Amino acid sequence: MTQPLLSVKSLTIGVRRPKGVDTIIVDDLSFEIQRGERFGIVGESGSGKSLTLRAIADLLPAGVEILTGSIRYDGVELVGMPTPARRRLMGPEIAMIFQEPMTALNPVIRVGEQIAEGPRRYLGLSKRDAMKLAIEMMAKTGIPDPVRRARAYPHELSGGLRQRIMIAMALSCGPKLLLCDEPTTALDVTVQHQVLRVLEQLCADSGASLAFVTHDLAVVNQTCSDLAVMYAGHIVESGRVKDVFRDPRHPYTKGLLDSAPDFDQPERELVPIPGFPPNLAARPSGCPFAPRCAFAVEACTVAMPPTVVVAPGHAAACIESQSIFEGVAA
Amino acid sequence: MMDAPVLRVAAITKSYHLQTSLASRLSRNENGHTSLRALDGVDLQLNKGEILALVGESGSGKSTLAKILVGGTTPTSGELEYHGEPMPAHRDKDASRRIQMVFQDPYSSLNPRISVGAMLKELLLLHKIVPRGEVRAESVRLLNLVGLEEDALQAYPSQFSGGQRQRIAIARALAVRPDILIADEPVSALDVSVQATILDLFASLQRELGLSILFVAHNLAVVQHLSQRVAVMYLGRIVEVAETSELFSNPRHPYTRALIDSIPRMTAESVNEEFVLEGEPPSPFNVPAGCRFNPRCPYAKDVCRATDPGLEPVAAGHQSACIRAAELPDHSIALSISATRKATA
Repeated sequence: MTQPLLSVKSLTIGVRRPKGVDTIIVDDLSFEIQRGERFGIVGESGSGKSLTLRAIADLLPAGVEILTGSIRYDGVELVGMPTPARRRLMGPEIAMIFQEPMTALNPVIRVGEQIAEGPRRYLGLSKRDAMKLAIEMMAKTGIPDPVRRARAYPHELSGGLRQRIMIAMALSCGPKLLLCDEPTTALDVTVQHQVLRVLEQLCADSGASLAFVTHDLAVVNQTCSDLAVMYAGHIVESGRVKDVFRDPRHPYTKGLLDSAPDFDQPERELVPIPGFPPNLAARPSGCPFAPRCAFAVEACTVAMPPTVVVAPGHAAACIESQSIFEGVAA
Repeated sequence: MMDAPVLRVAAITKSYHLQTSLASRLSRNENGHTSLRALDGVDLQLNKGEILALVGESGSGKSTLAKILVGGTTPTSGELEYHGEPMPAHRDKDASRRIQMVFQDPYSSLNPRISVGAMLKELLLLHKIVPRGEVRAESVRLLNLVGLEEDALQAYPSQFSGGQRQRIAIARALAVRPDILIADEPVSALDVSVQATILDLFASLQRELGLSILFVAHNLAVVQHLSQRVAVMYLGRIVEVAETSELFSNPRHPYTRALIDSIPRMTAESVNEEFVLEGEPPSPFNVPAGCRFNPRCPYAKDVCRATDPGLEPVAAGHQSACIRAAELPDHSIALSISATRKATA
């Protein structure tokens, strides 16, 4: 078997406190992304999904750092790599798309120049060739009249066009891994639909892998082949999207699926998950979901349950994962 | 005979004018794009005890309409009737009490320096809802109504999560005993698992207090779940109104169909790639001639570029602003939904 494009092992992210106990936000996380795979990371706010993505891109906020663990990209260890070498990977190898394109773009530089900057630096293109590539990338993302739009400033474009500019910028150097942090959350449904199609199409054309962070289960279903569900800094379930949706084996995944309105099942009751996510500073021992879980038994509060493979390619971190929903109508 | 609607608007328009320099005003002709019509002739009614959803893309005028209904801004022209009586342009304390608003972002809509108890007390006394001695009991009743405990009275907004803050914002709106609630995207800032609890709360308020609720939203799955009727807005106009199940099973405006087709779906089988809306909504500074949807409409004909259609009835309680409404082919997604609905029924 070929080695995965990205391999994250026992990654722990948090705030280091020289005096006292470190605050842990992402706890002992492991997953792999294969070449060409579209991998979704789903979770609610505070689950650590965006921080995981930012750790891969070396964009953790000040004060937050990788405490232990490893991130290997194409066999190369990224944790502890010197910053200049790390920065050289960003663009030609790994690129990132952010949620809010207005804050991610430079407001005082024309968008064409912003897209051309990467190819000039990393692909060594001349100013003219880089601009030609920028316009070509803009056309590929479906921006009408790219020659004129390349001269626009970000504020002159709509949200959908700005996000297309972000995609054009991210893909301009031909990265092998595209990190997306809720790229369509700020967009209207019709525009979201268009942008997701463009993203999928371009990734399929270039063979790039996708790491897609979102809170929207339906978007994951349409965009990704595999997913990991995160809760309080842990991956609680992972597998093929269709397997996990059809047969969830972790009570949290089941809770998420039951609480989200499904357009195809308008008559279904929405069942909210009782309680609140745990406070990061006062994390319960054992399974972090246990206080909100209807199936919790005493053993759940003692130690974090191990991740168990419940079916080929489908794993869940619940001690009852084999039997939990037996006899419960899905 | 149905009861008179609790709230009715007719031919509401709202224009905004750009500030322009004298020179540009002199050099430009009258038709220069300096005025924006956020609302361009909106007719809508909210019936007693119903949840009416208002959906549309950003810039369609949903929030402007909500603001006009709650009295936050005045329309440029048009009528606004409350229980069949015209609503004065400048509302007195009693008139403004009757229509209350819940905002999208519970992090910015609550004053961080006022405790929950003080916030409710101020409203209850200002509007003389209860005598001073009963303020505390009434505040506790309001908190219980939205699913919070008495100890929340002493707390400040920062001590609560997003979902709890939205409950406080709802309690604040309910404190003055309104009969209409205008909710502007009240769940879109919340996590999925919390969303469901707030949606349940709206449904129970409608059921138990008989509130009429206008629910502004962009998530059609949420709308389908909660509301009895849906109004679809596009570029300052209502383009289709119908009961929820009718609208989703038999959409009679191409824009509604495009919206339905764009919804991300939970089951892989129902992914539809048939009808993808190209382009983005045109600028409200420059509304297309004829039907405002014609540049993006796959069914548009010459007649659509020439006439600007109004909202016409297509079935009982179902209106569409498409001149070809009767000719549109059956909608495939709609058919698959009604099939699953029959199967589950």
